[in-house]
Amino acid sequence: MKVEMNIDDVAKLARLKLSAEEREKFSSQMSDILSYVQKLNAVDTTHVQAADHVEAVQNVTRPDEVKPSLDPDSFLKHAPLGRDQFFIVPQVIE
Amino acid sequence: MDYEPVIGLEVHVQLKTASKLFCGCSTKFGALPNAQVCPVCLGYPGVLPVLNEKALTLAVMAGLAMGSTVALYSKFDRKNYFYPDLPKAYQVSQYDEPICLGGKIDIEVEGTRKEIRLTRIHLEEDAGKSMHFKGDTGVDYNRTGIPLIEIVSEPDLRSPQEAYQYLKELKTILEYLDVSDCNMEEGSLRCDANVSLRPVGEKKMGTRAEIKNLNSFHNVEKAITYEIERQKELLSRGERIVQETRLWNADESFTRSMRSKEAAHDYRYFPEPDLVPIVFSAKEIESVRVSLPELAQRRKERFMKDFALTAYDAEVLTAQKDLADFFERCLKYSKNAKAISNWMMGDLMRELKLKDLGIAQSPMSPEHIAGLIELMDQGKISGKMAKDVFLEMFGTGKSAQEIVSAKGLSQLSDSSQIEGVVKKVIQENPPSVQDYRNGKKNALSYLVGQVMKATQGRANPKMVNELLVKELEK
Repeated sequence: MKVEMNIDDVAKLARLKLSAEEREKFSSQMSDILSYVQKLNAVDTTHVQAADHVEAVQNVTRPDEVKPSLDPDSFLKHAPLGRDQFFIVPQVIE
Repeated sequence: MDYEPVIGLEVHVQLKTASKLFCGCSTKFGALPNAQVCPVCLGYPGVLPVLNEKALTLAVMAGLAMGSTVALYSKFDRKNYFYPDLPKAYQVSQYDEPICLGGKIDIEVEGTRKEIRLTRIHLEEDAGKSMHFKGDTGVDYNRTGIPLIEIVSEPDLRSPQEAYQYLKELKTILEYLDVSDCNMEEGSLRCDANVSLRPVGEKKMGTRAEIKNLNSFHNVEKAITYEIERQKELLSRGERIVQETRLWNADESFTRSMRSKEAAHDYRYFPEPDLVPIVFSAKEIESVRVSLPELAQRRKERFMKDFALTAYDAEVLTAQKDLADFFERCLKYSKNAKAISNWMMGDLMRELKLKDLGIAQSPMSPEHIAGLIELMDQGKISGKMAKDVFLEMFGTGKSAQEIVSAKGLSQLSDSSQIEGVVKKVIQENPPSVQDYRNGKKNALSYLVGQVMKATQGRANPKMVNELLVKELEK
């Protein structure tokens, strides 16, 4: 069974502007993916607990110790724009 | 129609750790922009976050102190949204399996006690800070990854005053536990308020507005008061309340709609695959519980019982942990608990307030306060002299004994010395002596005054009284 999905919602959440052509193409691809995953519904999971992690590892922690941070120049030079040690982005209006 | 406000609070508290929640960057306040960031908190690909064990313990302590149930199993989730202050485009938080569930905070408003239920307490990382410049925005990621707990209350609060008391109680508990600095100016305690109205008697909740940007307890109270009035007015005009996020403007005292958040959010939470689940045994939780320090409520009761303080005095002294600690340190040097409480709550707090100092910066040590009280209790200085000595102690940091000795201020308690002055005053004031002997007993106070004047206030007033009466009745 083919699963329909609203590609516009997904595009909006991902901040993507899609052309009519892309809408068509991705809609169809996403539907295919969902239909494929849908196959899992055939398995009876009534008595299976939801798994949020697959490895049997728990309680990994580190002591509360300060480690050196990066030199701001080392990453700001990769940013599209930096000034006075700030990352500069287009104006945010609240 | 009469409306009833329904208020719930979400409080974000910065945990007192040296390093961030998932990396070793410092949490120190006041660094230059982006001086405390690394590949983990900047969200570089391929990095592995690892949970700070102290943050975890502090969250459990806070939960236990507030009567929450600590989850035997909890996990982290990614909360996805786009904003420049969030470098990974998701915030690591806890969604459906938080570290603590339930709990309560007891508050008292106008003599009535009330229990405010908690929904949950969860661990999460803080986001960065945006600075709005002319024409563009600067982002500082120093706060990104700072460990927070979010304490969510049930909508049990019914007035701005209850909200204020709730925050005060919450802060007291957190300070006693030493899990947070609770410094609102530095952002280590932040509060959002959900406010709605419903007709009195109605059980269903009305549409709520979420108010952000509340940077002091008084602003929380003011913003909620404003929001209640705003909603009342809309409802009375037959208009509907829109569910939205509103920003409090502290300078002009009003809330305004935050347009950027108008669209309903779909955070698409999913389990954080890079962080493994947290699993506790009941025994581990119990061992944190027994290590909890004495909290304000119990300390207040102990102060009333052990030191015979009034409920009010005990309340004021225990509302701040460092104040209560100061009080108990004084008791090491003087057993006069009532006098210590009076000096602390009166003169000391007043002088500290004038100088805008906290008890921790008091120029007077507990030993000095107690020393002053001891001199009074031994009758070496009068109450009036003590007030002056106190001010000098506060100003110079010297002990009471030093000041009294240096100025020759000590009280005259030698009866032979006072007797001489008494006799002289009686000789010099025949009219008053006559008045007294004719039955005008209030003439005595004039004569006492003359003796005090002659001794520059140093004579023990009680002895002066006794000696004068003895001499006059001869």
